[in-house]
Amino acid sequence: MSAFLALCRKDFAQFLGNRRAVLMSLVAPVLIAAFLGTVLGGPPRQIEKLPVAVVDQDGSATSRAIVAAIAADASFAVQRLEAAAATDLVRRGKLRAAAVIPPGFGTAAARAFFRPDQPRPEIVLQYDPAQAMALAAVKGLLSQHVMQVVSREAFGGGEVSASVLREARDDLRNATQVEPAARDELLALFDSVERVQARNAGAGAASGGPAGAGAGTSTGAAPAATDGPLAGGLSMPYSTRDVEVTSGSGRAYNAFGHAFAGMGVQFILLLAVDFGLALLLARRAGIWQRLRAAPLSRALLLGSRIASGSTIAFGLMLAIYAVAIVGFGVRIDGSVAGFVAACAAFALMAASIGLLIAALGGTPEVTRGLAIVVTLLLVMLGGAWVPSFVFPAWLQTATQFVPTRWAIDALEATTWRGLGFADIWPQLAAMLGCAVACIGAALRLFRWQE
Amino acid sequence: MLKVDGLHKAYGALQAVAGVSFDVAAGEIVGLLGPNGAGKSTTVAMISGLVQPDRGSVTVDGRRLAGDADPAKSLIGLVPQDLALYDELTARANLELFGALNGVTGALLRERVDAALELVGLADRARQSPARFSGGMRRRLNIAAALVHDPKLLLLDEPTVGVDPQSRNAIFDNLEALRARGKALLYTTHYMEEAERLCDRIVIVDHGRVVAAGTPQELCARLPADAAATHLVDGVLDAEARAWLEAHGLRLRAAGGAGSLEAVFLHLTGRSLRDEA
Repeated sequence: MSAFLALCRKDFAQFLGNRRAVLMSLVAPVLIAAFLGTVLGGPPRQIEKLPVAVVDQDGSATSRAIVAAIAADASFAVQRLEAAAATDLVRRGKLRAAAVIPPGFGTAAARAFFRPDQPRPEIVLQYDPAQAMALAAVKGLLSQHVMQVVSREAFGGGEVSASVLREARDDLRNATQVEPAARDELLALFDSVERVQARNAGAGAASGGPAGAGAGTSTGAAPAATDGPLAGGLSMPYSTRDVEVTSGSGRAYNAFGHAFAGMGVQFILLLAVDFGLALLLARRAGIWQRLRAAPLSRALLLGSRIASGSTIAFGLMLAIYAVAIVGFGVRIDGSVAGFVAACAAFALMAASIGLLIAALGGTPEVTRGLAIVVTLLLVMLGGAWVPSFVFPAWLQTATQFVPTRWAIDALEATTWRGLGFADIWPQLAAMLGCAVACIGAALRLFRWQE
Repeated sequence: MLKVDGLHKAYGALQAVAGVSFDVAAGEIVGLLGPNGAGKSTTVAMISGLVQPDRGSVTVDGRRLAGDADPAKSLIGLVPQDLALYDELTARANLELFGALNGVTGALLRERVDAALELVGLADRARQSPARFSGGMRRRLNIAAALVHDPKLLLLDEPTVGVDPQSRNAIFDNLEALRARGKALLYTTHYMEEAERLCDRIVIVDHGRVVAAGTPQELCARLPADAAATHLVDGVLDAEARAWLEAHGLRLRAAGGAGSLEAVFLHLTGRSLRDEA
């Protein structure tokens, strides 16, 4: 057994000899990854509906139709509440938002539809500022359904729309500022709309229900079949279909795939820093004198530490992923060889970074503080906690040079993204290059004596 | 076996070692004595290759040490004052590790480990962790770890600190056995009686310099009579002489060497052996 192997074997024995520490090295990342994965969406499942409320203070046919359309939307869990109750639930964070349809909305909306010069009614959107991302979704929902219902009412020939149209026509005839030619064209348009209203009113009466009832509610869905033109109102001129782009068709995204990559990287990095720190603590003990008294070069002594640290980190990474695969449905859908290579390259890089931090810190006390700062920065910027897309653009660019991001990208690529070995070689090369640079710097900076 | 020639070492403005020279022959135990801060530890560190001297040389078995990985370092076995053992490993695994670090492998390593354990009386505890050992057993294993590669020179830095008398005697027996096998031993200690019992020669250092060297008898002979705390009287004191001595405040006790050596040390350094620098 050579000195190098003897030192590695000693490190393994020291690590594995403390079974509680080994267990915690595995349990801690699994627990945090389980929590993070759950927060980020957990295993494949249907998207949760956004809880929102609608307060109908108008009670008109138009507002009732809007509420019905919103309630039928698959993306939202809609409650119909009084204003005070809705505000209270939004304040408590139980609802993401509440839309308040004011009194007189139906008439005012129909009037504003035909006459842009008239004041537009206001729907108040109350929202939870802590969950502000839901606001855009609610606005989009309202835009679609309000436009569809109001236009349906406008062309449906109901009493309100007919009255508004007559009023508009009378005002237009008496308007002195409008050119005669333009006035005639607008009056002809109103006549056409009136004929459409009359036709749709007749069709609605014949079918035994109000014109346009049962209009489509899903995003971009086709309007309900009716007899009259525009009886369903103006609808979105397209439809969408959401497709998750993962490792393969029909393979749903598993948020644990990201969570285990991030937490695996984080805890392996912490372990590697501990390994470096242990070297500094050993330097203060008599054992260091004995090691140094032996005919061992600095490269052999530190190299064996990197080798054993890398091997332990690699084994632990595989163990973490074994739990992820068995317990959380994470799959290696890409190259298995690529995944193993990513784990190995990261393990080597982590051990090297740990040793470099120890060399830079100089003493255990300084190294502890330095390690916390460096580790947290690497983990946060690498996207282990918060996905990097939430960063500002300049920071997203900067994180491309963060070693932990290379590791997380490579691990995600070979797991849920289903990519091959060829797709991750830049990350592998970057990690190995970083490891070599860290080892070189650590060898130069590490001091034999404190 | 060991030749130390003109070693110098300074830490900034502090001259820790200033021209220390001495030698240790095979089959000889040399005591390195000095108060705290005298330069003993720095001297031992330079001999074992832990610290590079500013000037001077260390020659072991005719070979001058050069660099961390110099194979000649295997000629030396170091017993640090702090226990230098891994509690996560068994006693045997500790010795196998330190043997391997010094280039001993295979069957020879197993043989050496057995021999070292046998020498220090721990053969029946080979599979136990040092964490389960008594203080004396740990000290003995600490010595065995320095012996496992069969070095020609053994450097012992306060190897009996915190050890009970029984274990200390066992350690002395081990060291005397090693001397009998032709090993050279450099023994650093604070205990004068240990030096007197074990050492063939003593080197006294103070302020980084050798202030005296020789056998205990030679050192005592250099002590002026008026500086001696203990005087030997030829013949037998009668009752009248005893009464006269006691009347002058002098106490009579059985003659012992340690007191003389302590007096030599005090005379040469002006300090007790355990005084701070």
